[in-house]
Amino acid sequence: MQETELNVKSSMKPASSAISVSPSPHLANTADSTRRMMLDVLIALAPVVGMSIYIFRLYAVFQLVVCLCGCLLAEFVFVRMRGRKPTLMDGSAVVTAVILAMSLPGTAPWYVGFIAAFVAIGIGKIIFGGLGMNIFNPAMVGRAFVMIAFAGVMAASGYEIAGSTVDVVSQATPMNAYKMNGVVTPLINLFWGNTNGSLGETSALACLLGGLYLVIRRTASWEIPAGVILAVLVIGALDSSGTGWTALHHLFGGAVLFGAFFIATDPVTSPLTPKGKFIFGLGTGVLIMVLRLFSGYPEGLMFAVLFMNALTPLINRWTIPTPFGGKKQ
Amino acid sequence: MADQPTAAERFIQGILPENPVYRQLLGMCPILAVTNSLMSALTMAGAVIFVLVCANVMTSLIRNLLKPHLRIVIFTLTIATFVTVADRFLAAYMYQMSKTLGPYIPLIIVNCIIICRCEVVASRQSVGVAAADAVGQGVGFGLALASLAVVREILGSGMLLGFRVLPEVWPDWAIMVLPPGAFLTFGLLLGCVNWFTARKNAKQNG
Repeated sequence: MQETELNVKSSMKPASSAISVSPSPHLANTADSTRRMMLDVLIALAPVVGMSIYIFRLYAVFQLVVCLCGCLLAEFVFVRMRGRKPTLMDGSAVVTAVILAMSLPGTAPWYVGFIAAFVAIGIGKIIFGGLGMNIFNPAMVGRAFVMIAFAGVMAASGYEIAGSTVDVVSQATPMNAYKMNGVVTPLINLFWGNTNGSLGETSALACLLGGLYLVIRRTASWEIPAGVILAVLVIGALDSSGTGWTALHHLFGGAVLFGAFFIATDPVTSPLTPKGKFIFGLGTGVLIMVLRLFSGYPEGLMFAVLFMNALTPLINRWTIPTPFGGKKQ
Repeated sequence: MADQPTAAERFIQGILPENPVYRQLLGMCPILAVTNSLMSALTMAGAVIFVLVCANVMTSLIRNLLKPHLRIVIFTLTIATFVTVADRFLAAYMYQMSKTLGPYIPLIIVNCIIICRCEVVASRQSVGVAAADAVGQGVGFGLALASLAVVREILGSGMLLGFRVLPEVWPDWAIMVLPPGAFLTFGLLLGCVNWFTARKNAKQNG
């Protein structure tokens, strides 16, 4: 008996070293790298960027170049200052740069994009410990900084340049035209995007195309955009004030679709659980509408996302899922 | 009492090693509120130094009469007396500045730097030490306020004490003279101070 037991034990030994013991998750997809996700986001941003270059011509190219230079330089400098491994190649700085550029008015002077890029990477991301540690969406931190610092060029009137060679830039943005004068831009223009506005937000079609790609690839979770769109549509429908600005105008106008698919879905600053993500989306949508209807700003996406970013840890706590067989709290 | 720091030590400690703002993180309210221009920061620092010195000296003089359970009340009343003097003085001779600073001069009463120095130094040590400590802490507070104000005023308006220091094309960073600018500037400066201190300590040790 003793011998056999010993035999079993000795025969167990090589077997146990052949089986690797590791904590869950066991079925992790090794292809899910930061780089692949960022590449996916960039592919999804392609229609948005293409449309903005088509509509705003050199204004869009200029902002993209400024933001890319600013973000990459800031990433390089700050990562080096902290003595970390260079992270330029994982593409996160490029994504921040493109989202930032797409959220700025094309008419903004060069220093606006450049300072926004440095604040986004430096104060929005690196100070918190780098990629994955930041609590606020870096691009929106940068944009909020310049929005308050340079109110003159970032406010609604800063979007217009009279007599510009690019036609749309000489008009008021649809959101501001409605807020100030009650002018309703035709839905079809908002859908295709030949209106004035921040570079990436004007074309609802391009945002939908890129957003659907992200959702199908599961790089972005569908719950967040669904929550945002649902909240905006419901409150938009309730607000039908008889001016012709319908819930669909609310959805296609301004930055709702761009923000819902590309900004609010940032996996670092949004909740972890599906339920939490939906709550996050709903909250963002409600705040956008509250800011649009009751604040002095024509659009509220940026502040809505930043506000909900701050609530993310709380939402995570509320929505801790019950494990299978576990007791409900 | 042998291990109590001397007057000279107290004075030096207040300026950097135990700077009330960058080391003890006390008095955040005026730090954030009045540093959007250098002139108001310096006025604030002057008022605080005056109150700090007077309160410290007075507390030190009466330290043997203090009852332990009533000492905080006595400190506050002493401080309030001198703050009222400073507040009325500013209202009489620097009316515009007094309006700019608004409630922040009366709020010196609850400035924790002063009550902290009364408790730590003035109620235990002689008048000379208390006065030296007050001047040291006050100068440290003033330097910290001025450093913040210089950064915020230059970036926020391109001017310093009313003189243009940056070229006309400088786009004013309005955020710097607003409250968020105070938080950002203070955080970054605090980081710089910590970084320099850490580097100095590392050099000394190795």
